[in-house]
Amino acid sequence: MSSPLALDVADLSKKYGDRMALSHANFEVPMGSICGFVGPNGSGKTTTIRMLLGLITPTTGSGHVLGESITQPEKYLPLVGAMIEGPAFYPALTGAQNLVVLAKLGGFDTEAIQGLLDLVDLGDRGNSKYKTYSLGMKQRLGIAAALLPKPKLLVLDEPTNGLDPAGIQEIRNLLRKLADNGTTVFVSSHLLSEIEMISDHLVMLRLGKVIFSGKTSELLAKQQPVIVAKPEHRSDLDKLVMIATQAGHSAKIIDETVHVTGAADYSAKLNKSAFDAGIILETLTPVRASLEDTFFEMTGE
Amino acid sequence: MTKLRRPSLSISTIVAVAFVTGLVTSLLFLLVDSPEGNGERGVRIGRDVLALASGVSLSFSNAAGLLGIVALCIFAAQTAQEYTYGTLRNLLLRQPSRMKILLGKLVSMKLFAIAMVTLSALLAVSLSYLFAGVKDISTQAWGTSDARAELLRTFINVLIATIGYGIFGMILGLLFRSPISAISIGVIWNLIIEGLLSAFVTNIDRYFPGQLLSIVALGGNERISYQYALFTSFTFLVIGLAIVSVLFKKRDVAN
Repeated sequence: MSSPLALDVADLSKKYGDRMALSHANFEVPMGSICGFVGPNGSGKTTTIRMLLGLITPTTGSGHVLGESITQPEKYLPLVGAMIEGPAFYPALTGAQNLVVLAKLGGFDTEAIQGLLDLVDLGDRGNSKYKTYSLGMKQRLGIAAALLPKPKLLVLDEPTNGLDPAGIQEIRNLLRKLADNGTTVFVSSHLLSEIEMISDHLVMLRLGKVIFSGKTSELLAKQQPVIVAKPEHRSDLDKLVMIATQAGHSAKIIDETVHVTGAADYSAKLNKSAFDAGIILETLTPVRASLEDTFFEMTGE
Repeated sequence: MTKLRRPSLSISTIVAVAFVTGLVTSLLFLLVDSPEGNGERGVRIGRDVLALASGVSLSFSNAAGLLGIVALCIFAAQTAQEYTYGTLRNLLLRQPSRMKILLGKLVSMKLFAIAMVTLSALLAVSLSYLFAGVKDISTQAWGTSDARAELLRTFINVLIATIGYGIFGMILGLLFRSPISAISIGVIWNLIIEGLLSAFVTNIDRYFPGQLLSIVALGGNERISYQYALFTSFTFLVIGLAIVSVLFKKRDVAN
């Protein structure tokens, strides 16, 4: 039996005038997962998120959030926390007052606000006006606001924007902790290394189209590993490429190294062949393709 | 209401209301002997009129037009800022019913208008007593039950007019989604277009919501009855509100 879905989208499209912002998107996000939502700027990520949250109406297609149709957002939004396109609050109100406005509007417990501010490390700045916050603090307040409903689904659009490395790590840990407690996290980010570290599912967009949807591990497994070899003498680079090519592997020179596409077990054979040809290898490193490599390869960026 | 209660908005509103009320009251009383007149468009309101039971509420009702402009600006800004700050999307996430959000805004802004008008009334009456003493105008009739009834009637009419102007501001805020555009168009329309045309074209003020709301605040005048002004101005506002409500409900929130 398949696991229940937090999000599922079928043939979802949004057209602005002649421009297709999202074209016939199909993807599913299992409950309890952390799903990365990646794509270049303008690929339709925010448009998709806005449709999922009932802020804009799809041109065609359908979608479900926590089992409810996106045409009836009032049925699922009380269980969804979200931050879209960065934080947006009233500048003249304090961080805590901004959260009170949203808590009252959603009928949530205002007693929980101090705890949320502490959670995002704003406990001692809750009574400062929002306009005095740094970008990182604004971002953290946005995450606190998204956590107000004790969400079953958390949708975050670029949550680590403006955060320092320590802040990014805190957010990463927070998201992991929330997912461990059963919250589904749907997070868009341009920091692919971050997404790779935390996401077990991935939806990849390019030019308004879904180009991958599934487990992150499956995507990375599809990518051919690369062996990076550096000969002792620069003059041996071409010879090394020829050895790898003759063995049926594709190879190319990047800087002063040869990148050979092939499984890690070819490393030993390559080393032996190079040695037999009188080439001493300074380094020989099998490298697993990163999400960033995969992303650039798939999006052609 | 949390947003409307913040000190910066409260203080600036108090200053604006005090300025408008103080200006109209002081002009009405201190220029009572001026041959140029002391009322709207050079009308002369003499000591005998000011000494009547209705004299105590006269400056308050005369201030309604400007008070309305203050309300228009505040309501337009508070509505349009939800778009420019991007806070509307947060509100809609927490309360997906757009009509409930609109209704909530309308109710909280009405409460804000009540506070504004109450402050203006208190100031107008206090200053009227002060300036009446300065200009030696009798205030004997101002303490009568007739004066209190007139004051209550004026309070209700000014409140209706102020709320009307405020709704006009909200309509503009929802339509233009930018505080600067909404306020400038609202002020230009009310003060310049309606004001100028009404000064030069006879009876055209019968069809202008801003002019009609001012007449509501005065309880009607010799040309336009209170009932006509109230019905016609609010018909305009209800139609406007219905149109922007549909737009607000249907329009994508893309900022």
